[in-house]
Amino acid sequence: MRLIINGEDLEVSKAETLQELLGELCVKPERVAVEVNLSIIKKSDYDSCRLKDGDRIEIVNFVGGGM
Amino acid sequence: MEDKLIIKGIEFKSRLWVGTGKYKDFEETKKAIEASGADVVTVAVRRVNIIDRKSENLFDYIDPKKYKILPNTAGCYNVEDALRYSRLAREAGISDMIKLEVIGDEKTLFPDVIGLLKATEILAKEGFLVFPYTNDDPIIAKKLVDAGAVAVMPLAAPIGSGLGIRNPYNIRIILETVKAPVIVDAGVGTASDVAVAMELGCDAVLLNTAIAGAKDPIAMAEAMKHAVIAGRLAYKAGRIPKKLYAAASSPIEGML
Repeated sequence: MRLIINGEDLEVSKAETLQELLGELCVKPERVAVEVNLSIIKKSDYDSCRLKDGDRIEIVNFVGGGM
Repeated sequence: MEDKLIIKGIEFKSRLWVGTGKYKDFEETKKAIEASGADVVTVAVRRVNIIDRKSENLFDYIDPKKYKILPNTAGCYNVEDALRYSRLAREAGISDMIKLEVIGDEKTLFPDVIGLLKATEILAKEGFLVFPYTNDDPIIAKKLVDAGAVAVMPLAAPIGSGLGIRNPYNIRIILETVKAPVIVDAGVGTASDVAVAMELGCDAVLLNTAIAGAKDPIAMAEAMKHAVIAGRLAYKAGRIPKKLYAAASSPIEGML
């Protein structure tokens, strides 16, 4: 399955759900937020969120910044 | 008497709030923030590096259990982006607070107050604790509070400029007209600028570059900590009025 993750065109072999994708990318879900095709997915829905070819996914976290 | 800053039931241990950008590395960030005594730190929302997962995370150094995390919408130039970043920040699950920035112009980084007002109204209705970064304009400050902002954050001067409070009279008018905490945000350069903000009666000061860009950020962080305390004490103590002519402080009586 081909996904666009944080602007990168990536081929994902196993993951079928968002939960599995985060696992495959070694991203801990606790301190990130995720959008799939511009909709924010709640953490409790990661497991049930099924991904499909061409989905645009944004995974963000907090970085150093002031204003 | 205790003089704590409390906003919407949240008690703040320090009136100095600091950003976490522009430091040499995370170690320096950590040391400077510790030296500042701040308990609010601002952070930005950005993409996770999915290619290099070994890179360190800010929260390996800044413990979100120890500090209050205030995510910002830095870099957002329109209402839609500011809303998107705010909602993502809340979904990350650390804070309902948002330092709302809708920037109007790349060169000055002045706020687009029309967009800011719209975004404040929407986010306040969604239950966010909105801290809008705004101009030193008393009318807009009042409108932001009317729209649901829990505090207002007028700039002292442009972000990162170090010019200090350019319009103390407007800040005073904001303090008189707005029935919410006033936190000076952006533009202070050194400890005396911070003291001036606090002496005016501001509730807190938020800064980043003044510490991170100093030759010795950790020493400057400590200076800022004392400046906030000194300025607040002076405000509470009540300064003497300014006069044009001298008034001797030694008695005339008993002179030869």
